[in-house]
Amino acid sequence: MLFALPMSNKAIIDIRALTKVYNLGQVKVPALNGVNIEVLEGSYVALMGPSGSGKSTLLNILGCLDRPTGGVYRLGGEDVSAMSDRQLSQIRGQRIGFIFQSYNLIPQLNVVENIHVPLFYQGRDIRSCYDHCAGLALKVGLRGRLDHRPMQLSGGQQQRVAVARSLANNPLMVLADEPTGNLDSTTGEEILALLDELHADGRTIIIVTHDPKVALRAERVIHLMDGLVDRVEHHERSMVAAANGAKGRAS
Amino acid sequence: MNGFSLIRIIQLGFKSLRLHKLRSGLTMLGMVIGVWAVITLVAIGEGASHDAQEAIKRLGAHNILIRSIEPAEEKSGASSTRNFVSEYGITYHDASRLQATLPGLKRVLPEMVQRRPVYYDRFQQDCQIVGTYPFYPDFTKALVVRGRFLTEFDELHRNNVCVLTESLALRLFGHQDPLESQVRVEDQYFRVIGLLREMSGVEQRPQGNEPEGKPLDSNVYMPLSTLRARFGEMDMDSRAGSFKLERVELTQVRLEFASVDLVEPSIPLIKAAMEKDRKKKDYELIVPLNILNAIKAQRARDTRMLLYIACISLLVGGIGIMNIMLATVTERTREIGVRRALGATRGDIILQFLVETLILCLIGGLAGVGGGWGFAWAREHWFHLTTIVTEWSVLAAFGLSLAVGLVFGLYPARRAAALDPIEALRHS
Ligand SMILES: Nc1ncnc2c1ncn2[C@@H]1O[C@H](COP(=O)(O)OP(=O)(O)OP(=O)(O)O)[C@@H](O)[C@H]1O
Ligand SMILES: [Mg+2]
Repeated sequence: MLFALPMSNKAIIDIRALTKVYNLGQVKVPALNGVNIEVLEGSYVALMGPSGSGKSTLLNILGCLDRPTGGVYRLGGEDVSAMSDRQLSQIRGQRIGFIFQSYNLIPQLNVVENIHVPLFYQGRDIRSCYDHCAGLALKVGLRGRLDHRPMQLSGGQQQRVAVARSLANNPLMVLADEPTGNLDSTTGEEILALLDELHADGRTIIIVTHDPKVALRAERVIHLMDGLVDRVEHHERSMVAAANGAKGRAS
Repeated sequence: MNGFSLIRIIQLGFKSLRLHKLRSGLTMLGMVIGVWAVITLVAIGEGASHDAQEAIKRLGAHNILIRSIEPAEEKSGASSTRNFVSEYGITYHDASRLQATLPGLKRVLPEMVQRRPVYYDRFQQDCQIVGTYPFYPDFTKALVVRGRFLTEFDELHRNNVCVLTESLALRLFGHQDPLESQVRVEDQYFRVIGLLREMSGVEQRPQGNEPEGKPLDSNVYMPLSTLRARFGEMDMDSRAGSFKLERVELTQVRLEFASVDLVEPSIPLIKAAMEKDRKKKDYELIVPLNILNAIKAQRARDTRMLLYIACISLLVGGIGIMNIMLATVTERTREIGVRRALGATRGDIILQFLVETLILCLIGGLAGVGGGWGFAWAREHWFHLTTIVTEWSVLAAFGLSLAVGLVFGLYPARRAAALDPIEALRHS
C-alpha cells in the first residue's frame, strides 16, 4: 500500500481522569466525568453510547479541536493539555485526519483542491503535490471527478473526498464522527471499507457510531455512558478479518 | 507564510469572491466611487486653478494695476443732487509722481475709458473707448490680429485712428473688411487701422459697474491724446434712470516692474505716493501677484477640503466593506471551522479574510483610478475643460483605499480567527 506505517505496541493515546465541563454562564454541563483510555498505535477503536453520552466531546478532545477541563491527555507521549492554539493547529494539521458526519467540504474548491487543504496549511504548494492529492482521489474511487465541486457530487462521493482529505497529510490517526450517519447502508459500507483499508495500512482509527454493525469492524468498542466509560468490548482479530470481508490485509 | 502560499491565498480570495459576484461587485462600488471622486474632484479643481493662474500670469505677475473707483460718499451724494459732476480718480499728476518716485519701475501704461456708442453705416454698438499708449498690446499681451496698433506718431499728432477688438469688428462690420473704414463716435470719424484680440479674461471685464448683458470686449482703442482732445474727460453715466456726469482723468494705470521681487515692496510706496494731497479713497490697487498667491492658498484649502470629503466617502465605503465581510464571516463560519480542524492557525484565517478584503479594495481602487482618469480624459478632450490628474491624488486615493481595506478588513478577519473551531464546525 501507499502509506504503510510500521506497527508497534506503543500507546498513541493515553488519557487519564479526563473531564470536560461546558460552562454556560450560570449552568455547568458536565460532558465527561473522568475518562481513562489507552489506545495503541495502529488499532481500530469504536466509541458507542447513547446520545449525549459525550462521544463527540471525547473525539474532539482526542483530535485536539477542544481542550479538556481536567485530566491529562498524552498524544504520542506529549502532553497536549498545555499546548498553545498554534501548536494544537500544527498537531491537527500534521498528525490527525478528520472525517465528519456532514462531510464539511469547502464549496468553492474542487475535489483535488479540497484534498489539498491540509497540505496547504503545511505550506505545500498544490502544484508540487497535485499528483499526491489526485492519487488519493483515485484511491477512494473518484476517477473522472477530480475537478468537480462538492455541489456536483453525491453524499457518498463527498464523504470519499473527505476520507481522501483526511489522508492528505499522511496522519498517524484518523478520527471519524458518525461518518456513515448521512449515508445509505450500501454507500456506508463503501466508506467503511475505505476505513478498513486505512487501518490495514497501519493507521490508528477512532470512529464514533450508533450502529453495532459498524462497531463490529473495530478491534475494540468503548461504550460511554453519562461521560464515563461504561464497558469495553474486545473483538478477536479473526472477527475483524471476517468483518473486513476476508480481504486478508489485516497483517 | 512563504511566497507561494500568499499567492495561493490571493487565488483563494478571488475564488471566494467569485462565488458571490454581485455582492462583491456592489461592495467594490463603494470603493470605486470614493476613489473616482477623489481623483476627479482634484483633477477638476487643479484644472480650474491652472486656468485662473494662467489668466493672472497673463495679467502679469510683475505688474500692479491702479484703478479709479468712485468714492462711496459721491455715489450717495449723486442721488440727492441730480446734476452733480462727480470728480474723482487717478490724475496725470499721480501718474507722473509714481513714475518719478518708484524704484525699479519699467513702464507706466495709462488708460482712459469712456462709454460711448460707436456707429458704422446704420449699425450701432455700445463700446468702451480706451485711450492708451502704443505699447498697450505689448504690455497686456493682447494680440494684433490684423493691421497695426497705434503708434507714437498717432499719439503725437492726435490722429483720428482707432483699433477695434475682433469681436466688436464682427458685430459692427459683419463680413465686410473693417480696415481703412471710418467709424463715427459722436461727431468725429476714426479710421480703423487694426484689429486686436484681448488675451485675458480680466482685460475683458468692464471697467466700473457696467450694465449687465453688454458684450465685454467691445473696445475701441485710440491714442490717449486723441481721446482727450476730442471728448475731454467728461463721461456720461445714464445708468439706473439717473443722469450723472463724471470727470475722471485716468481710469486705470498699469505699472510694470523690472522683476517680480520689486512688486511687494512697492505697494506701500505706491500707497504713499497716491495718498499725498488726497482726501478721498478714489482708487484701488490690484496686485496680480497677490491674487495669484491667494488663488494658490485657496487651492490648498480646497484640496484639503476635498481630501476630507474623500476620506469620508472612503470611510463610508470601508464601513460597507466591513459590513459585508462580517456577513461573509458569519456565512462561512463552517468553512472556518473546517480549515481550523485541518490545521489552519488563527493567523492563517486572519490572512485569508484580510486578503479578501484587500482584493476588494484594490480592485475597487484600481477601477476608481481608471474611472477618474477616463473621466478626466473625456472632460479634457470632449469638453475642452482643463482637467489635470495629479499623481499625488492617484497615490493618495489608492493608498487610502488600501488603508481602508486593512483597517476595515482586520476586524472581521480577527473575528473569524477568534471563532472556536468546535463552535464553528457546529454552526449550521
Ligand atoms: N457546546 C456545548 N455547550 C454546552 N453543552 C454541550 C456542548 N456540546 C455538548 N454539550 C453537552 O455535552 C454532552 C455530551 O455531548 P456530545 O455531543 O458529546 O454527545 P454525543 O455522545 O456526541 O451525542 P450524539 O450521539 O447525539 O452525537 C451533552 O449533554 C451535551 O448537551
Ligand atoms: Mg455526537
